[in-house]
Amino acid sequence: MERGHHDIGGLPGAGPIDKSQHELSDWEILADAINQALGAKGVKRTDEMRRAREEMDSEAYREMNYYERWIASMEAILIEKGILKKDEIDKKVVEFEKKWGEP
Amino acid sequence: MIHPATGRFRPGDAVRVLNEHRPGHIRTPFYIRGKTGWIERVYGDFLNPESLAFGGDGLPRRTLYLVAFKQGDVWGAAQAPTDKLFVDIYDHWLEPASYGGQRDEHIR
Amino acid sequence: MSTSGDDHDHEHPRNELSAQAKRIYAIRDLLLEKGVISEKDIQDQIEYQEARSPANGAKLVARAWVDPAFKARLIADPKAACAELGIDATALNEFVVLENTKKVRHMVVCTLCSCYPRPILGRPPDWYKSFNYRQRSVNDPRGVMREFGLVLPDDVEVRVHDSTADMRYLVLPLRPKGTGGLSEVELARLVTRDSMIGVMDALPKLPET
Repeated sequence: MERGHHDIGGLPGAGPIDKSQHELSDWEILADAINQALGAKGVKRTDEMRRAREEMDSEAYREMNYYERWIASMEAILIEKGILKKDEIDKKVVEFEKKWGEP
Repeated sequence: MIHPATGRFRPGDAVRVLNEHRPGHIRTPFYIRGKTGWIERVYGDFLNPESLAFGGDGLPRRTLYLVAFKQGDVWGAAQAPTDKLFVDIYDHWLEPASYGGQRDEHIR
Repeated sequence: MSTSGDDHDHEHPRNELSAQAKRIYAIRDLLLEKGVISEKDIQDQIEYQEARSPANGAKLVARAWVDPAFKARLIADPKAACAELGIDATALNEFVVLENTKKVRHMVVCTLCSCYPRPILGRPPDWYKSFNYRQRSVNDPRGVMREFGLVLPDDVEVRVHDSTADMRYLVLPLRPKGTGGLSEVELARLVTRDSMIGVMDALPKLPET
């Protein structure tokens, strides 16, 4: 039976608990707030977001951090529901990158 | 508002978690499948997340239980003799079982 | 805190964000443009979140320690007990208070994602969301507790709760010995967030300030 990449309770190989705490960046606070706002307005349900994270590419699931996974699943659900399109998000990212300048 | 429970089990009933492959969004963790424990509490009826996850209406509601397991029964060994694991599991993931081992009374 | 794409985040220049992180600004603007959510909706959620912290949980615990009738009400109907203390737990479908005793300690995890009683305690700590915690808490709870400084003898029972559904769990830690002289406010300072998740007991004495 296939085990989802999220279904990790009891899996061997886990290391010590890293107790360090990072202060949330603006983008994480924003991701958190938009996620909650979409839920409050009934646009999407938490269960859909969880399912989207389960459907993610497994490598991406392990590589991304917590809020990156939230953004990925939020995007997937918004596209699935026909609210946003991937190419318009891509285009908007390019506009922002132009505004923010070269790293 | 919690909806009253309509499910099959009552506190104290021995239950086994199904060990089936079911597609979709499942909230019964892999590590507990096929394990035997007992009903600790009956929480009531809730919308089914397996349906909600795909934009469904979550109906019919499913009874959610607090199911208790002895750690030894889940992993084959326990860090201490009476250690337990509790998982919230829906009615349709459980079947009746006969509990061979000792259940322990509640320790307070 | 402004969420406008025009502001500069002084810690992380926006042009240095990961590809994934950048996308939230694009999503935000598009959702606003299309009227799916408003600026106010976003701001309301930021404020809602900022109002929630472990201090809420500590208040409940301290009151339960000094008032046995309140403790009974907290265990029987946690949402109503929250309302009594002016804590808004209405966003929770339901939650359960797990009372620690001399013979039983509880520990809470969500192995499948990171469910947490956010409406009461605020956001979960990074470690709670980590793969290591999600993997180990169910089969090595005593090892995890040891890493948080809690070593329990074999005759104390450890109960791990995996919150796989809509119920959320709050651990009611044991009141430390020798705290009879402390006020309720002081008692609340002994109740750490981590003690309400269950990886450690409450502080044995007031922290140095």
